[in-house]
Amino acid sequence: MLSYVIFTLTLCGIYALLALSLNLIWGGVGLVNLGLAGFFAVGAYASALATGAGAPVLIGWTAALAVGAVVGLVVTFATLRLRDDYLAIVTLGFAEVIRLVALNERWLTKGSDGISGIKAPLKAELGLMGFNLFYLGLVTLIVAGVWLLLRRLDGSPYGRAMKAIREDQQLAAFAGKTVLRFKLQAFALSAAIAALAGALYAHFQSYVSPDHFQPLITIYIFLAVTAGGVGRPSGAVVGAYLVVIFLEATRFATEWVPGLQPVQVAALREILVGLALILVLHLRPQGLLPERIPRAPKPAPFKA
Amino acid sequence: MTLFLQALMNGLMTGALIAVPAVGFSAIFAVLRYPNFAIASYATIGAFAAWWANVVLGLPIIPALVIAFAIAGAVGVVAEESALSRLRGNGALIVAIASIALNLVLENIVRFIFGNDMRGYDLPLMRDMRFGDLRIGPQQLQSLALAVVIMAGMFAFLRYTRFGKAMRAVADNPDLARLKGIDPARIAIVTVFLGAGLTGVGGVLIGLDTSIDPLTGYRVLLSVFAAAVLGGLGSIPGAVVGALALGIAEELALIAVPATYRTAVGFIAILIMLTFRPRGILGERAV
Repeated sequence: MLSYVIFTLTLCGIYALLALSLNLIWGGVGLVNLGLAGFFAVGAYASALATGAGAPVLIGWTAALAVGAVVGLVVTFATLRLRDDYLAIVTLGFAEVIRLVALNERWLTKGSDGISGIKAPLKAELGLMGFNLFYLGLVTLIVAGVWLLLRRLDGSPYGRAMKAIREDQQLAAFAGKTVLRFKLQAFALSAAIAALAGALYAHFQSYVSPDHFQPLITIYIFLAVTAGGVGRPSGAVVGAYLVVIFLEATRFATEWVPGLQPVQVAALREILVGLALILVLHLRPQGLLPERIPRAPKPAPFKA
Repeated sequence: MTLFLQALMNGLMTGALIAVPAVGFSAIFAVLRYPNFAIASYATIGAFAAWWANVVLGLPIIPALVIAFAIAGAVGVVAEESALSRLRGNGALIVAIASIALNLVLENIVRFIFGNDMRGYDLPLMRDMRFGDLRIGPQQLQSLALAVVIMAGMFAFLRYTRFGKAMRAVADNPDLARLKGIDPARIAIVTVFLGAGLTGVGGVLIGLDTSIDPLTGYRVLLSVFAAAVLGGLGSIPGAVVGALALGIAEELALIAVPATYRTAVGFIAILIMLTFRPRGILGERAV
């Protein structure tokens, strides 16, 4: 039971990173990324391959961040001058392409068998239980760090410029903000965070395969950010913890419904997830922790 | 040369099948102005409705198609009115996200009822026809003919009926249409019924070729989007042209890349198109 709780909390942390990633661009500049699962996969494979080739784990994670940022730039480049629904369609396609590559390029990814035996840092020294606790602490620490950084960003002039772009990009451009550059930077940073989440996941599981990166993950994260509150990093984190707990709860709830086939149980759980997202959008679109709009600082009094 | 001609012909046929759901998607987009991801499940629901009519009730394919159209259309209207319509005021992206959740719900309702097994329609087996070195399956030919007839019907509806004209008016300028006494809510319902129904029929036509399962619609979702973007998002003739172009591109690409990368062709096509001609082949608003 304890190891189940530790596992669930670690997963909460990884989802929280993904939620922070989505919140940065959706709550920030108002773009959506329907390819989160794809960036998650890119980071997981990047780190698995780098450490598999002999690099230390920290280098693997750095590689995941870098590859995520570069891929994010590439994906957004063609669409940013267009209306935002184009980016939604393109990112969805991107996630599918990543899944296809992971499935078919056996020389690189071992196809549907997946890559196993990914380095788990300090596992030999700490033992299984010790490692799980250590990793939970590490993931939680990283979430806290990213959360703090994004909260700082939110309140900074940069963050306010991002939200100005979200509200009215023409007005923001008129006020002298370089809309395109802000969007590219925000998307690259967001993609890097999602990739880091993937890397953390890969080393936690010691195993990645294309099955781990279903589009369903993207829906979970949308549910998390919507439930927590779009536009506020704290909301994203709280939302992610709630969603993982909700997902685990549906596992127990469906056990109580008698006479169902396993496939029906799985279907029922996904129906609950979809209904939850629709309900949240209807009943509390601003989320549990609604966005707080900070007052713009008063200009310093003019001294003659 | 034979290889090329065969690919071209196969491309036109797959393109014509993708065109049916792409027209449905574009009609909804043109009038309601949001990309509806739930069309994947509408296609699946249509495919299963026709399977039920064909295999369980023993009806021939044409009545099964009519049933698929009606059921997918009705599900589309109920889903739109209960889950999406009240969110329209919050912007296109929120409705799009809700439609993804809706798709998840509907797809899993199909899975709950029918399971994950693949099912095939009850059709007579027919030998491929040969023209010189080219081969055509009679089933493909029949689907092609059905697709052409269905699309001709849709164009006639848009062109000559009062409702079709009202739909085009709302798509062009909703405010002006309202001033002219057109009720946008009624137009929305009819559009969703037609769009979802067409998508359902598209699901059947795609399923006739091979088999169906709860992911039938999701698998063609990207191709449908790609066709719509290629032709110009929101343009109905554009969706047809985009689908044919995409079908040919997919089949020609098969000569060079493995078949598993078929859906990737759509993605690459979208990226190239958006970079060089963001308004699509038959240009609609892009920005």
